[in-house]
Amino acid sequence: RAMELTPGRVPVSRAAALAEGVVRLRRGGPARALRLRELRGARAEDIKDVGYKFYLELELEDVLDKDCAVQCSAEVLYHLGNKNSAPDVQFTLEGELKSTEEADHVFYTRMRSLEKELVAENIPDSHGHVPPELQPLHLLAWVASGHVIWQNSTENTQLYLAQIQHVKQVKRSDEDLQFDYVVLLHEMVSQEITPWEMTVLWHPGDSVRVTRHRRQHGH
Amino acid sequence: DQVLHVVPETYQQVQHLQLLCSTLLLDLWKPPMPEDITAGEDLHIRVPAPLVQEVKHSLDQHMISYRVLIPDVQELVDQSMPRERSSHSRVQEGYVYTQYHRMEEIYEWMAQIQKDYSEVVTQQFLGTTFEHRPVYYLQISQPSNKPKKIIWMDCGIHAREWISPAFCQWFVKEILQNYKSDTKIRKFLENLDLYVLPVLNIDGYIYSWETDRMWRKNRSPYQNGTCYGTDLNRNFNSSWGSIGVSFNCSSDVFCGSGPESEPETRAVAEFIKRKKSDIVCYLTIHSYGQLILSPYGSTTKPPSNNEELMQVGQKAAAALKEKYGTSYKVGPPSLILYNNSGSSRDWTHMIGIPLSYTFELRDTGTHGFLLPADQIQPTCEETM
Repeated sequence: RAMELTPGRVPVSRAAALAEGVVRLRRGGPARALRLRELRGARAEDIKDVGYKFYLELELEDVLDKDCAVQCSAEVLYHLGNKNSAPDVQFTLEGELKSTEEADHVFYTRMRSLEKELVAENIPDSHGHVPPELQPLHLLAWVASGHVIWQNSTENTQLYLAQIQHVKQVKRSDEDLQFDYVVLLHEMVSQEITPWEMTVLWHPGDSVRVTRHRRQHGH
Repeated sequence: DQVLHVVPETYQQVQHLQLLCSTLLLDLWKPPMPEDITAGEDLHIRVPAPLVQEVKHSLDQHMISYRVLIPDVQELVDQSMPRERSSHSRVQEGYVYTQYHRMEEIYEWMAQIQKDYSEVVTQQFLGTTFEHRPVYYLQISQPSNKPKKIIWMDCGIHAREWISPAFCQWFVKEILQNYKSDTKIRKFLENLDLYVLPVLNIDGYIYSWETDRMWRKNRSPYQNGTCYGTDLNRNFNSSWGSIGVSFNCSSDVFCGSGPESEPETRAVAEFIKRKKSDIVCYLTIHSYGQLILSPYGSTTKPPSNNEELMQVGQKAAAALKEKYGTSYKVGPPSLILYNNSGSSRDWTHMIGIPLSYTFELRDTGTHGFLLPADQIQPTCEETM
């Protein structure tokens, strides 16, 4: 039984941000990151003994190609008693996304051919600036952090990537690129900013994989 | 200073280079030690300007070929450093509104603005911060014999929200540069006074520049100095401590030891209390989220003039969107964001100021607090 959005419960923008992050994770890479342009429709449903479910219509755009937009239907389910279970997020996309084959290839070969493994910090810097050659690493982190955020989201949290504190490339014997990140995530409700470690693997043509993540201690 | 690239070919050349480097104490960039200089291997030496001639002559004499890798080291250093604003950058010609500024520059800017527009601007003292810094606001008032109502705007309650003080500075500049020529602004100032506080949480702002870019609160110590900072926007006397706060000092939404426990809060609250019958509108500028928030955060029960608040808010959002298509949502935080108590906006409305809004400026999370400086202009233009 679908009802009007219950005021004071989960704001719809919270569910939309979560859906956006998962879509960005699944469809993103060092040369593509989708972001929410507009929330076109939403309704919520209180499912007895299961949880709280949102049905969302989102319009998303490619940050590197703002003329390119896609429509997305998403369902977000916050489980009842949501302690250990990440929300369920399903979506379908309508529309063409620009191919990133060439940019992916350039990035991939550049990283593979570096003599010394790349290391960088504070992306963006305090003034919001990202040097152009680090842009793909920034995008990759933003895409990958969608996984960490999704796995750690509840009805009462709204997480965003605030900054990459540190990134280190790790050379591998197989074909994947590996980057070990420490990212700062901003949680809107508590306003806390906490560091998280995440290991990100990627290869052209593949989606971004986060093989390991954990909250950093000593904070 | 120059950096030379040299590849010694023979053992004798290596020896000569080692001697040259150690006697002249030249700065070896590669390899780090003279002992590691090897025939056939790249050598990079930084040569101080006064020695360049001598070193090149010596290399020529020994038939050692080289090329200049970096012709001017200082130039490269200057280019790669974030531009340090020099103290003589004057407001009119020099002040760059499309960059973020340190607090000392903002203090200088305020003094300069008052000087340049003394016929309408006065810098007023509001109080001091915990770390004893003066809090000033700018009063923009067209001289007139009729009493005028006041619009108050404060920026920088939260240290890391750098776009907020940038907006206050931009706003002041726009008003002052155009009040004579722009009929809308002129009419505005005929009937209203503008009070603008560019940085409320001065100690926190400085801390975010020097120590922790992600700092939010002020810098007052608790628990015997083991824990710092109160969230000033949870510290006002509006349902203080009831919801959306923490009583733990280490939290970013720590509401302080009591309502108005913080000197910064008191400085603003006391002033507004005194002037409240003349203040028609209270604006407080934050980031991020692209929201125009009306009262209240602590309850979903709507304020008495909710219809008017929403109408005005929606008009503002529509005007804002016209500029660059940026979407802002309008409503109380209890509905569209999250519950909180002790906010300045709620408090000002509760004491009787009819139009109270929190603006959460760009963006919606792509950059968050680290909004690139190249977005200062469009953000400020649309918000204006």
